[in-house]
This record gives sequence, structure tokens and C-alpha cells, in this order.
Amino acid sequence: MIKRVVDFFGDEEYANQRRRLFYLVLVLIVIADFLVPREHAVYLWDRLPGWSAVYGFLSCVLLIFVSKFLGHQGGLMRREDYYD
Amino acid sequence: MIDFAHPALLFILGTLPIPFLTGSIRKVYLLLIPALAILAVVTVQPGSYGAAHFLGQEILIAKVDKLSIVFATVFTIMALIGTVYALHLPRPGQHVAAFAYVGGALGVVFAGDYLTLYLFWETMAFASAYLVFAQGGRRAINAGFRYIMVHVTGGVVLLGGIILHGTSTGSLLFGPIEAGMGAGAYLILAGFLLNAAVPPLNAWLTDAYPEATVTGAVFMSAFTTKTAVYVLARAFPGTELLVWLGTAMALYGVIYAVLENDCRRLLAYHIVSQVGYMVAGIGIGTDMAVNGATSHAFAHILYKALLFMGAGAVIYVTGQRKLTELGGLYKNMPLTVALYMVGAFAISAFPFFSGFVTKSMVIAAAGQDHRALVVLALTMASSGTFLHTGLKLPYYMFFGTDRKLQAREPPRNMLVAMGMAAVLCVAIGVFPQPLYALLPYQVDFEPYTGSHVTESLGLLMFTAFGFVLFLKALDPEKTISLDTDWFYRKGARLFMWFAEKPLARYEKAVSDVSETAALPFLYGAARAGLRIDLIGVDAIVNGVAQTILRGGGTLRRLQTGVVTHYALAMIVGVIVATIVFAVAWR
Repeated sequence: MIKRVVDFFGDEEYANQRRRLFYLVLVLIVIADFLVPREHAVYLWDRLPGWSAVYGFLSCVLLIFVSKFLGHQGGLMRREDYYD
Repeated sequence: MIDFAHPALLFILGTLPIPFLTGSIRKVYLLLIPALAILAVVTVQPGSYGAAHFLGQEILIAKVDKLSIVFATVFTIMALIGTVYALHLPRPGQHVAAFAYVGGALGVVFAGDYLTLYLFWETMAFASAYLVFAQGGRRAINAGFRYIMVHVTGGVVLLGGIILHGTSTGSLLFGPIEAGMGAGAYLILAGFLLNAAVPPLNAWLTDAYPEATVTGAVFMSAFTTKTAVYVLARAFPGTELLVWLGTAMALYGVIYAVLENDCRRLLAYHIVSQVGYMVAGIGIGTDMAVNGATSHAFAHILYKALLFMGAGAVIYVTGQRKLTELGGLYKNMPLTVALYMVGAFAISAFPFFSGFVTKSMVIAAAGQDHRALVVLALTMASSGTFLHTGLKLPYYMFFGTDRKLQAREPPRNMLVAMGMAAVLCVAIGVFPQPLYALLPYQVDFEPYTGSHVTESLGLLMFTAFGFVLFLKALDPEKTISLDTDWFYRKGARLFMWFAEKPLARYEKAVSDVSETAALPFLYGAARAGLRIDLIGVDAIVNGVAQTILRGGGTLRRLQTGVVTHYALAMIVGVIVATIVFAVAWR
């Protein structure tokens, strides 16, 4: 049972099914976010449906590229024998 | 201390028989001690135990209240899980070190005064260092020495703070520091922040943990930083500085995790990030924020240990630790993958996993306290957490390019330990009430609202979307990252250069001076000495020498050249010496 689930996420033959399932989940989450009641909205963005999806995506992209920029251009990443 | 069995003593005294036990008796014994400790913590009554006087100071060995009980509960549970994970080790050394380490952590958690705290604090540092040294090899030994030197320095700073604070307030009892922040309080804070791995004092953690043994790193991931969180929550709740340090470190860890290639170092950077939530919660200082920090520490110990166990299992089985050399293991290690992913979902705060009910409490507390920037930064860090621990690490470790590594599931005790942690991660997520009941303050927080669930899922799944789109940008690279340990690793080299170049030059200058100025004087003195020598001393020496020469001539006539004579003379000598010793000497 566990092996089959893990194989579903690893095996090449399920790649298309995986992709379709993933996009379906994304769409469902955004739809659900439009439907849920929001009583405790403290900040402006709490009232915007779909905000967390946008923020999650932007955070992800920002973190990847800012970090890699700091690593390559900022000189944080060095050869493995740097300290030897 | 009649009605209170101190769990720290249970562990520390419990180390003594370990080296003398073997086989299954040792295994049973190793499991018995943490089990007894869990029992002791569950049955403990709040109160003060072991009050005494020492050097005119009030000493309180154990102060038990709700805050210390939460931490002691998770520490003892974690000790049991960690011991199960390490049960296959053939040698007793690491078990002894791990028990002493856990004992130190429990001692800190119950310490009622600063001297007791300091004593257990240092016990932790030295016991945990052994878990790095036990790995062997040049890298681990070097990292172990750096680890111990940083912690000894931090310990000295802490002790200095304790003494200053004690003399200014007249009491060494450990509690909230309220009477203004003096120099002593700042030194204590610095000592605590070092163990909490707050940047720029974080590098010891990410330097040493990945070099520790597979089983040792599991213990290390749980105790040092979380005892630091405990002492911060005890002494410095509501300190504004902590809000910003915590928020910054939550992002700091995530940024470094992008660059990291070593699987356990990536996880170590996520300890820094996750402890940031706790430090920020303590800094906010409201009831809800401290509750959030405490519960997050509880959940964090379990899921982080699970993640370290998963990565450790991979290292144990394959011998590889770099993401660039791992991949395609899911075929042979499906159970490890599944258990690891439970930890990954828990740290990423997916609904029905432990992080969801604890991390959100910290963020909600920041929102209630009108700190929009903190809310946004911590939410961004949550996205980064899932990006690395939930997506990047498992993708490159278990899936990704198949490196054709020989792999199998790890030994059964490792899987059982991972299973125990995984069950708790899910149980806390599904039934948060027992954990909430343990927290120091009344909990007025409901994690499972519709909008909270959809917002969390939106944040996480669209992070996954970003991951899928920019997968190529995340490919691990064969590099290491510079962190603040650069200063002392390169600094040590500067010191050596200083010793070799300027100091050596100074030494040469001194010898030059002695050659130009001191030597002529010495020559003069030597000539004067020679004259005295020739006229006075030589006459005496010559007289003595001539006397000896004459004596030698007489002796020569006595020498026969027959070995028997010499041997007889020697025997006579020995007898004479014995008689002299036996009669005259006494």
C-alpha cells in the first residue's frame, strides 16, 4: 500500500496522472478559498480570496532567486575544498 | 527530594551501568530509563524541590511548573525515540553520551537557580560534543573541536553574566529578568542566544550537526536549541529584540537552505528557521505567543527528529550525504520515504499534521499583536520550509536522477523509532487538545477554521507550483556555503599567520638586537672570564688533575685484566653496599 503510493510519485509511467492531479488540486484550493467564510479578517490581505496562493507562489520564486543570487553573485557559495 | 525523582539524575546516574551491560540486557536497560523518566515527568507535581545553600547563595535544584513540564515531557519522549533509533549501535559510548546529554537538558529545564542551570548547561555541551567526535575522521574531529570551543566561549559569557547579574540583584534564582537590562542580563541573553543558534551565533549548529554520527545528530537536533528556547521563555519573555531576531532567523535559515547540498546541513538550517518562530513568539511575549512558541518547540522536536532520522537512514544505508550524489532511492526505501514525508508535512504545517496546530499559533499571536511585517515574513518562511524540506530534499534524495545506489530499508529499530515520531506528528495535528492542555497559559485558539485550512493549503500547494516551474534553478550544486563560522575558521588561520609571520619576525628582531648590542658585551665578559680562568681556576684544576694522574698510575698497577677479578670485586661491592644499606642506613 505504502509502496504503491510512493511509486505513484516516483514512477515515470504516472507522470501525466500526477500532473493532472496536481493541477486539479491547485484549482480546487483556489475555489475553496473563494467559498470559505472569513469573519476574523485582521489585515487587508485576509479579505482577499486567493491571496495565500499568490503569496505562496511569489515567496517561493523570491526565495529561490534571491538565495541563488546571494550564493553566486554574493559569493556565499564556494568550492567544497574552500576551508581545506 | 523524597516525593520527586529528578529525571535528570535518572539519566545521568543511569549512564553508569551502560558500559557493563551487553546484548539484549543493555537494550532493555536503555529503554527502561527513558520510560521511567517519562513516568517521573507525567507524575511530577508542580513545586520547588531541593532548596539548599551553597557559598552563601540560595540554590534550587528543581522548580517545577507548567512551562518546565511541557519541555520535560517532550524531552523524555524524544529520549525514548532517540534511544530506539540508536539501539543497534554495538558500542556503549554514544549511549552514555546521549543519556548524559538528555540529563543535562532535563537539568536545565528544571533548574531553579543559575548555578544549577550553568552546571547542566555545560554538561550538555560536552556530552553532545562526543556525539560529533564519535563519527571519527578529520572533518568530524575538526567540527567537534569548533563546536566545543564555541560552546565553551558561550558558557564563559553566560557565567560572567550570571555573576554580574547575581551581584547586582543579590539572588541567583532563575526567573524572569525584570529589573532592567543590565550588563549581566545582556551577557546571559547572549549565552542563551548562542545556544538558540540565533544569527550571527548560528554557525556552530550548521557546522557540527551534519558531521555528527547518524544517531547522534537525532539527539542533537532535539535538545540544545530547545533548552535555549525554554530558558529564553523563562527569563526574557516580551523582549522586543527577540521578535526581530526570531523573524530574521526564520528567513535566514530558509535562504541558506536553498544553497545547501548536504542533506543534514539543509535540515540543520531549517532548525535555525524553525527556532526563529519560537524566538519571535517569546519576544512578542503575550500569553498566546508564549503558548505558540512552547507548543511549536514540542512539535518541532518530534518532526525534526523524524526528518533527521530519515536523512540519517539514507546516510546509514548508502554512505552518501550530498544531494548531488543521491537520488532514485524510493524504489528500495518506500517506508523511509513515507515516514520522512510525514515529518516534512508536519514541519510545513499541512492540516492534520503537528506544525499546523502550533506554528499557526505563533503567526496568529503576531497578528493579534498588530505586527503585520512579522506575519508576512513568517508566512514567507513557511513557504520556504515546504520548498526545501517537503520538496527539494525528498525530490533529490529519494526521487530525481537515479544514481543506481545500493539501497535497502534501514534496520527495524530505526524504522520503529521513525514510526513512533510519525504517529505523534499526526496525533498532535489531529488531536491538538492534549498538547494545548499542557501549555503554560489557557489556550484560546482554534486552528481548524475553514479559512485557515484553505489559506495554508493555498500557500503550500502554490509553493509546490513554483517548485515545479523552477525545478532546474534548484538543482543542487557541489558547493559549500559561507556562514559566520568563516570568521573563526579563517580567523584561526589569521592567528596562525600572525604566529608564523609577525611573531616570527619579532623574534628575529629580538635576536638581531642581541647579536649587535648584547654580544659585544658578552664577548668582553667572556674575555675577562678567560683571564680569571687561566690565572686562577686553571692553577687549581691543574693541581687536581696532576694528583688524579698520580692516583691513576697507582690504580693502573692494580688492574690485572682478568674478568674474574673484576666480577669478584663487583660482588664484594654489592655485598658491602647491601650491608651498608641494611645496617648503617637504618
